[in-house]
Amino acid sequence: MNCALLPIQINNLWLKAHHKALLRDISVTIRENGITVIMGPNGAGKSLFIRCLHGLSQPDSGMINFAGTPLNSDIRQRQALIFQKPVLLKRTVQQNLAFVQRLRADILMADIEKVLEQVGLRHLASQPVKQLSGGEQQRLALARALLLQPEILFLDEASANLDPASVGQIENVLLDARKKGQKIILITHDIAQAKRLADDIIFLHHGQLYEYSPADEFFTRPMSEQAKAYLDGQILI
Amino acid sequence: MSIFQEALSTAFALILQRDADLLEIIGLSMQVSLTALFIACVLGLPMGALMGSREFRFKQSLRGIFNALMGIPPVVVGLIVYLNLSRSGLFGALELLYTPTAMIIAQVIIILPIIAALSSQIFEDLHEEYRDLFTSLVVPPHKALLAYITDARYSLLTIILAGFGRAISEVGAVMIVGGNIDHLTRVMTTAIALETSKGELALALALGIILLLLALLVNFAAQQFKSFQTVQRYGGGR
Repeated sequence: MNCALLPIQINNLWLKAHHKALLRDISVTIRENGITVIMGPNGAGKSLFIRCLHGLSQPDSGMINFAGTPLNSDIRQRQALIFQKPVLLKRTVQQNLAFVQRLRADILMADIEKVLEQVGLRHLASQPVKQLSGGEQQRLALARALLLQPEILFLDEASANLDPASVGQIENVLLDARKKGQKIILITHDIAQAKRLADDIIFLHHGQLYEYSPADEFFTRPMSEQAKAYLDGQILI
Repeated sequence: MSIFQEALSTAFALILQRDADLLEIIGLSMQVSLTALFIACVLGLPMGALMGSREFRFKQSLRGIFNALMGIPPVVVGLIVYLNLSRSGLFGALELLYTPTAMIIAQVIIILPIIAALSSQIFEDLHEEYRDLFTSLVVPPHKALLAYITDARYSLLTIILAGFGRAISEVGAVMIVGGNIDHLTRVMTTAIALETSKGELALALALGIILLLLALLVNFAAQQFKSFQTVQRYGGGR
């Protein structure tokens, strides 16, 4: 099954703050299903880039189209974003998901049970979120995103600072979502994780697009010096 | 016997005897203050949520006005309400002066800025936390407002209690617009003022002690409610 929001066309995207360009003339078309990993050193503009794709930040100029339609609230409802630091309502696990269920008529109570099972949090359904560990909170954020059945799922370093078991659980859920035809766009600094998951890679540095290529090509024959240096673990300034 | 000992024994005697006049005064005090509090919350919490979570013209000016009004002297409020409700006033035809309704109006005006201004800060902090999530989930404004109130309920409870404290202890405005009429508009604070002016200091102090006990009782009930809610929701241990 193909994601109906593809291709994602980004043309001449600029975003400035305090007279400084944070995203510089980014143009790229994401056509393929699967997992697109965005990589780049700190301050490269990765988070800002997916915030623009999800409509949380407004670019100064440029165009973002999903299957030929500019981003609007209808398209945003067909996407979901998982933040690096999970944002959860000050309620129980179950109530966090019930909040989303009340927003969308097509989500059933049974779906809540299903996603809780999927992320391994069913036994914690009645726990308040502040009693959850970091990994459990992030899995709850993932469950909430899955409940929306998004056609595009964005993850902003969602598995950073988590233990290997939690990372493994999240990756399994993502691979499962990929099989179902959901498009996944994720940011990670973890090169091993990118190798495990990525179908293609977007490499950003200083707000500029340096590379967009299939994952195997990127890891074996990176085209830009910056990408080579990044993969070699050199500090990019 | 010192005046404090006399006041204490008078207070306990009044409570134990269930003095009819005293119960009437307590009943009216609670009725006026709780009604005013309810109205101020219904109006003030959405106002606070709007100021805390929405951007609009003159927002900062409005905030400044509410902040300033938190310190408005109750006698000034009483005077303004009096002028409007007196026969020659804007709402004179309603004949509300020297009624509990007039006292409720005055108390609403006194505590509304407290509820709105203090809650707006809580809503602003929560909005800062939830803004991206709600934008991402495309949460409609009325559902976002409800979520803010639900998730900030315990912090808001403290503000509501502060509002209640201000209302129940207020004397200047209710004296002006209520007139301290026996069996009609006499409340705890106006009764204390009256007994003090008559030189019945022990009785005035006894009424003061009862008023303090009432305020403590309401606060205790609110804390119990909060604990009960926590146990109901989370099964205790927090």
